[in-house]
Amino acid sequence: MSQPNNPGSATLQAINERERIAELHPTSWANPDAPERYPLVVVGAGFAGLAAARTAAERGIKVALIERSLLGGTCINTGCVPSKAIIRTSRLYAEMRDAVRYGAQVPPTIATDFAATMERVRRIRNRLGQRDSVRRLAAAGVDVFFGNARFVGAQALTVDGATLHFDKAVIATGARPNPPSIPGIAEAGYFTNESIFEITKLPRRLLVIGGGPIGCEQAQAFCRLGARTTIVQIRPLFLEREERDAAQILSTALARDGVEVRLNTRVRGVRVVHGGKLVDLVSDDYENTIEVDAILAGVGRAPNVEGLGLEAAGVEYEIGKGVHVDDFLRTSNRHIHAAGDVCLQHEYGHTAWISGGMAVRNAVFRGRERWSKLIIPWVTFTDPEVAHVGIYVREANRRGIPVKTFTVLMHEVDRAVTDSEETGFVKIYVREGTDRILGATIVARHAGDMINEITLAMMANIGLGTLAKVIHTYDTQAEAIQKAAQGCARAMASMAR
Amino acid sequence: MDNQVPRRTDGRPPAAGDLASWPDAALLETLQRAAFEYFPRNSDPVTGLVADTSRARSPCSIAVVGFALAAYPIGVERGWIARADAVQRILAALRFFDASDQSGSPAGTGFKGFYYHFLDMHTGARVWRSELSMVDSALLIAGVLTAATYFTGTNAAERELRALAESLYRRIDWCWAQNGATTMRMGWKPESGFLNYGWEGYTEAIVMYVMAMGSPTHPISPQAYQGWTSTYQWENLYGHDCLYGGPLFMHQFSHAWIDFRGIRDRFMQEKRSDYFENSRRATYIQREYAKHNPNEFAGYDANGWGLSACDGPVGAWVAASGAVQPTFGYAARGVPYGPDDGTLSVPSVLASLPFAPDMALQAVRNLLARYPEVLSDARLSTGLNPTLANANGTAWVSAGHYGLDQGIVTMMIENHSSGLVWQLMRACLPIRRGLQHAGFRGGWLEHPIEGPS
Repeated sequence: MSQPNNPGSATLQAINERERIAELHPTSWANPDAPERYPLVVVGAGFAGLAAARTAAERGIKVALIERSLLGGTCINTGCVPSKAIIRTSRLYAEMRDAVRYGAQVPPTIATDFAATMERVRRIRNRLGQRDSVRRLAAAGVDVFFGNARFVGAQALTVDGATLHFDKAVIATGARPNPPSIPGIAEAGYFTNESIFEITKLPRRLLVIGGGPIGCEQAQAFCRLGARTTIVQIRPLFLEREERDAAQILSTALARDGVEVRLNTRVRGVRVVHGGKLVDLVSDDYENTIEVDAILAGVGRAPNVEGLGLEAAGVEYEIGKGVHVDDFLRTSNRHIHAAGDVCLQHEYGHTAWISGGMAVRNAVFRGRERWSKLIIPWVTFTDPEVAHVGIYVREANRRGIPVKTFTVLMHEVDRAVTDSEETGFVKIYVREGTDRILGATIVARHAGDMINEITLAMMANIGLGTLAKVIHTYDTQAEAIQKAAQGCARAMASMAR
Repeated sequence: MDNQVPRRTDGRPPAAGDLASWPDAALLETLQRAAFEYFPRNSDPVTGLVADTSRARSPCSIAVVGFALAAYPIGVERGWIARADAVQRILAALRFFDASDQSGSPAGTGFKGFYYHFLDMHTGARVWRSELSMVDSALLIAGVLTAATYFTGTNAAERELRALAESLYRRIDWCWAQNGATTMRMGWKPESGFLNYGWEGYTEAIVMYVMAMGSPTHPISPQAYQGWTSTYQWENLYGHDCLYGGPLFMHQFSHAWIDFRGIRDRFMQEKRSDYFENSRRATYIQREYAKHNPNEFAGYDANGWGLSACDGPVGAWVAASGAVQPTFGYAARGVPYGPDDGTLSVPSVLASLPFAPDMALQAVRNLLARYPEVLSDARLSTGLNPTLANANGTAWVSAGHYGLDQGIVTMMIENHSSGLVWQLMRACLPIRRGLQHAGFRGGWLEHPIEGPS
């Protein structure tokens, strides 16, 4: 696998980076003069903080938004957006190699161009980042402050030498990578899910530690881009939280891509010898060592609670677990709410965004919205994607809820066959004897899009029997959902007889 | 019955192509007898241990010993082995296990009444750094109990056999195998302790839980069983409501011993099904999967199915579709979620006989006719991969024979034709007690113990 030399890439990278800084944290920016009191102050300008600030501004509330680094937070800068961009390119390479499957010819040479891949990542990141640039936020009526925020009282904080008094505040400082402590790894050097997008050269041999969503996504992507990739997962299956079958399919998919899968394996230590990183692995009582050029720690996140002066504000928190909130996202200080990764178990872009708006509605507009009432889907963006919403079967069993699963394999769906995308399934869980949807797991190339139909049905209390009557366009992969619904409808009719 | 079996005039075992056209009874008896003969041929006369495979230098698999111990009563009933010979072979194994090193040392034989998965055939010492295996120990003990239930003679040998069997069963510390958790652990190693793997989802482990609950000395609580069943997945697959388990062996191994027809635990009462019916449906799901054949493997169709634990090719190859297809060697293949590399287990098809006799027989005949290379010495090879045929069109076939396959084939043909093992185990007190503690009700469990017919 060759890598063309691209002399212009460094220049492009520098230009992209300058543009990004200019939009998301301009060096010449002067913080505004603070009024005597803000109705709302938002600490952190990631997805949660941006949603909070925009929700307030759209309703005419004067709001201050404080960010110590770049606007957009993890999602735009180091998370969702760059990872999806790199995944898309890697998928293209995989399809090129797999061209015969689609009745096409494999190109004579498939030259990966990592510099071009990363240039595209940065270009897309810049473009999407502009949506929440400092100029646009200011134009929307948001007072943007750059600097480290620190609470100095129950309703006051300081930033860049200024003291902001507030009626209400939302803490939305997010989370950061917090890799497990492994002897030697710090000395050897490693990437996290945040720093990996800054690399400029594809590592020849990559070790990914962790078989959660981040680890699986990046292992597959870098393997497809040409890195000889090994993934190490301490548990016997990937994606511990998901259904076993989803994890099984993912294992097979990664192996098919050429990823060396090491389940039930932990990293005991890392050593640097002659420039190579020697990684000692242990699986039960079997020990071996592999040599790699780069390590990506794809596990561990820690909420950003340090240095905020939360004690002064009377906000209870726990290092490693984050700010404590109730079902209304309110902290132990009744004037302060929290949103996003700093307080939620669900660490996704959409949950951050939703929680930011909810926190403001509850804090400022006397809302009574409960987090536990939300129906939250999520997706692991591997190929195939793994998407889930609602309850898991094991959780239903534990709670004594009788559950029945209607499963349709993707190879039963015409469009999946014509697309040669037959790997996966749709499983919809209903309360046994009824058509009430309790949850769903979808493993499919486009599972992330498909899960939204189930989420809508659950949100609107639409039974699975009704979904059977919804006309789904032929020929689409979403027909899998209709087929599962038809199975449920047949079962219901059979019971009625 | 022996007289009904056609023989080649040259005395050699019948060829697969011939067998495929034989009448049902003759076909089954030939395959069953050949399968049974695996055990005396691959046993160590001193230790009584039985080889995992017929390949040279194969170690013993303790689960295969369990199948052998359950097969000997069948051999006696069928007239394939003298009763006294069978008793001596069983006694050799029981004496060995009784006196074996139970210190848990790396080179020992077992610990806490359980045994390492693979043992040296002649010394009984642990090999391959294998794990102390809970389920394989359970399959061994199921065989021990079968033998003890069958050999009820009053002579010294059979009395000793029963005493040793009881001793081996009583000394198993099933509670230890929970390691403080609700459910049982899968294994333990002296070097690293309990394995990460626990039992999650329906598997062949039901017989293990039953014996663990029926133990007079170290019984696990019914909550352990409930904890396990709470991980079950009840799914509608291809239109069949089924308790999901991917590979066929999961739907067969416990059924080799326990007659699940008409008896139901709480889970099956709620689902208005039973485990026997579930295995029938699982068999149909296997066929449906093969008909869909999503990976376009050769040989998969309505009469070409059977994904289970078996040996298969190793490495990767490029399919006609262009896809790189990894292969998995010895692995538990399953439907519909995989893994699937185009390898079929014909013994698992034959072992489906009690659940779907017509379908299983039709498939076995078809596979024998299409791929005669899967049969040698009238015994079925463990793995068949028609997609990876050689230049002559001969399918890839795993070398030699596996004891687990021969055991399940011997027992399931017998259960299909006479129900002998099921009858025996209905009268086995630990099994009855364990089933009752697990909450099984109805059917034969409500009736007094019957003797073997």
